[in-house]
Amino acid sequence: MTATDLPTGTTASEPRFESRRGRWVGASIPRHEDPRLLTGRGRFVDDIALPGMLHAGFVRATVAHAHVTGIDLTATRAVEGVVAAYDARDLALGDIVALLDRPAEEFTPTAMPILAKDRIRFVGEPLAIVVARDPYAVEDGIEAAVVSYDVLDAVVDEQTALRGSALVHDEAPGNVLLDVSMFDTPGVDEAFEDADVAIEVTTHSGRQNALPLETRGVVASWDARDDQLLVQTCTQVPHQVRTLVARCLDVPERTVRVTVPDMGGGFGQKCVVGREEVAVAAVVQRLHRPVKWIEDRREALTAGFLAREQTYRTRAAFDADGHITALDVDVVCDMGAYSCYPFTAGIEPLMASAEMPSVYKVPAYRVRGRALTSNKAPTAPYRGVSRPQYVMAIERVMERAARELGLDPVEVRRRNVITEFPYTGVNAVTYDPGTYRESLDLAEATIREEGWFAERDRADREGDRHLGIGFCCFSERTGYGSEAFAKRKMTVVPGFDLSEIRMDTTGAVVVTSGTMNHGQSHETTFAQIVADRLGIDVDRVKLRQGDTERIAYGWGTFASRSVTIGGSAVALASERLGELLCRIAAHLLETRPENVALDGDGGVVQLDDPSRRLTYEEIADVAYLRSHLLPKDVEPTLTATASFDVPGDGTFSNATHAVVVEADAGTGAIRILRYVCVEDCGVVIHPQVVDGQCRGGIAQGIAGALFEEVTYDAHGEPSAASFIDYLVPTATEIPDVSISHLETPCAFTENGAKGAGEGGTIGAPAAVLNAVNDALRHTGVELDTTPIHPRTVLEALENTEGGL
Amino acid sequence: MNDPHLLSLTVNGAEEEVVVEPRRTLADVLRHDLRLTGTHVGCEHGVCGACTVLLDGAPVRACLVFAVQAEGADVRTVESLDAEGRLSDLQQAFSDHHGLQCGFCTPGFLMLAEGVLAESPDADREEIREALSANLCRCTGYQTIVDAVHATACARRSQEVPS
Repeated sequence: MTATDLPTGTTASEPRFESRRGRWVGASIPRHEDPRLLTGRGRFVDDIALPGMLHAGFVRATVAHAHVTGIDLTATRAVEGVVAAYDARDLALGDIVALLDRPAEEFTPTAMPILAKDRIRFVGEPLAIVVARDPYAVEDGIEAAVVSYDVLDAVVDEQTALRGSALVHDEAPGNVLLDVSMFDTPGVDEAFEDADVAIEVTTHSGRQNALPLETRGVVASWDARDDQLLVQTCTQVPHQVRTLVARCLDVPERTVRVTVPDMGGGFGQKCVVGREEVAVAAVVQRLHRPVKWIEDRREALTAGFLAREQTYRTRAAFDADGHITALDVDVVCDMGAYSCYPFTAGIEPLMASAEMPSVYKVPAYRVRGRALTSNKAPTAPYRGVSRPQYVMAIERVMERAARELGLDPVEVRRRNVITEFPYTGVNAVTYDPGTYRESLDLAEATIREEGWFAERDRADREGDRHLGIGFCCFSERTGYGSEAFAKRKMTVVPGFDLSEIRMDTTGAVVVTSGTMNHGQSHETTFAQIVADRLGIDVDRVKLRQGDTERIAYGWGTFASRSVTIGGSAVALASERLGELLCRIAAHLLETRPENVALDGDGGVVQLDDPSRRLTYEEIADVAYLRSHLLPKDVEPTLTATASFDVPGDGTFSNATHAVVVEADAGTGAIRILRYVCVEDCGVVIHPQVVDGQCRGGIAQGIAGALFEEVTYDAHGEPSAASFIDYLVPTATEIPDVSISHLETPCAFTENGAKGAGEGGTIGAPAAVLNAVNDALRHTGVELDTTPIHPRTVLEALENTEGGL
Repeated sequence: MNDPHLLSLTVNGAEEEVVVEPRRTLADVLRHDLRLTGTHVGCEHGVCGACTVLLDGAPVRACLVFAVQAEGADVRTVESLDAEGRLSDLQQAFSDHHGLQCGFCTPGFLMLAEGVLAESPDADREEIREALSANLCRCTGYQTIVDAVHATACARRSQEVPS
């Protein structure tokens, strides 16, 4: 393991990694996606136009909680340009139901109707779908709809929810959808009795929107020749959309084809199936005409899947040397109005409960995790999924313990961090090797060498600046295989992924994957993997994703699983194609199969006589066009398939983030002066892409720490329904980030890669919060809530005793 | 009020005539009437800048411009930047610096940057960052977009013939 600074712009001629490096893997080659996206030739869902295409929009609820007493679409249907309008009774569709295989005292099943029938559970909930000749007429039609309500008390905060006097779902008393006490290991209470210091921290993160810049959208059409619905939609999980559309419409899955065009981001918001996707498909099934629905930004901000609103009440026991001796956590997640498909409302508290001890050696552990339902838009697993929150909780614990014990916070982490691998924790999870301690040391050394500690201490003495330095050390389970997901007891268990590779008569290959690129550069990185395995130019490899007709099944892209699982399947399929090429070549060269090998340059060579060689084109010529020359036991064509699943508990990427902030004494604004990320995602396939994932993730983490919050009034009315109130950071708020890479190859993925999609988002909130608290350390105020508002900082600074 | 108007404008050098309702936005005319779908729509209220195009040389939000307001104007979109498939210097810089991931905001940033570089060819990195803060990107964290535009600015300056 070596620390290697990787500036952006690393070129193919400067490979950085010694292990598992090929000609292509490890090189920052030009992205295959770039030319079309840079010239306007990309095709996003709203770019699709079909002959006779109609447009759809939704009549949405204007109150948070109500019985619906009437929906009148008469005026809507009379609007010029409106073709049809349907409510729930018209469409009569099956509900979306996501289940866990858990007893009733742990999990309450609930149903999400495609269109609300008698009950409204959040502002923006769809009640009816309006179809018209153009999107402007759709808006006119929506405006003409008349809905009457019998308004109920809204459940908008944890206290109201748990009191249970108003129920979002009548079948869920106390508004609890999930209540699981996953661990209560021996010795927790004793550890607190014997503790030299006991810490109590309540951390809270505000509700956020994953906010892909491309909103959700779908174009559905009917293929009368094939008796098939074509659903073109921007989703991270095309096969799950097909499964659910078929179930809700009660048709065979064969009659639904889902394809995905270019996608403008997803970040988890698009890894669950939206009711709008199903409703549009249902309308097309009736009208047999193409229909497009594009979510507008107001819908996206209020009625799209949201994320993050969670509270962690954490108690931790420490001995006098700063070793943690017990952890006791109560996790409460506000999941909003419904359980999302396929993950359920349990996803956040279950992940937090399973992984809360993070990178630390915790001897005794107790946790209770609850998912609450409320009258807010439902949530989806946004980039990081509960890890930004539980990492924030435990990283605050480390800081608080250091303060109570008079120790350096990095030193407290050092004394607790896991250093020997594989390590099986108190949470029964086995962590594969990583660089937890090394990343912490390097991040601290970088900040120290750059003089930030000295500058902070100078500012302390001279009293001219409020500087703070914060750290966050964490790991991230990336390769969730089916075994790891099964422990969560979902009835739909993601995990494996498939790949098929085909070489054509020219020796070029098309490879499929059940993963789904939406900005992560799969077309490039997967091509690098294939090109190295087969010894061909990377431009000879084309990746196909996002078509349920081309890929038997897949679990899409989420949880940083694509390169770990999808990349492994692609590598295995390539290996098998290589074996097939060798078998055919050996037959044609009239030698033993073990006497040939891929030559790394587009051909198969005879090992005992390298002058004898066949190019892939020559082999393909036989495989397709002169199959009578094939060996008797080899079938025509050059194709191979593979599936891959990660065994056991999966693999863990890790990182340490270090941040220097300055609090403005005049405004309370927080400015980030320095951001350092030391990360280890195993073997890096494309350094520039990994850097990009880190920086983009960190930007979203900073957004959650300092700016973005989905807010509601006491009646559940969203109060951040535009970009005027929902504050998305711009180029002047997000700092440059320097990234260093450590490399611990994963032992059980094909390429040694561990996944890099989420880490940035996980580490940034805690690192920023810790830095802000460091800047406020003379004020007596400690903040444990994000986003951190300038007015909170200002109040702290103004109350300073003995400060500036 | 909704009577259609005959609109004439120049888009990427070509003269175009379109029949539009007064309420139709320039973004919709470009994307759906002229099928120039490179210009994207991200918020429809003028904040995200994904729909940025050049209107008589200046960057505008095409979602906030009614098409009828562009009567007689010269509009440039992302489709005008490359020459017969060859990326422009700015487009190449975005690729070199990994200034795009999903690519949805990219056309808006490219057109914004073209406007900024035309107006302030001597802009330094921080001035470029300030100007680019007009648009939103959700993928990159902005650093590599700033790098790409700054590199283009430097390259264009070094190519200028001293007078």
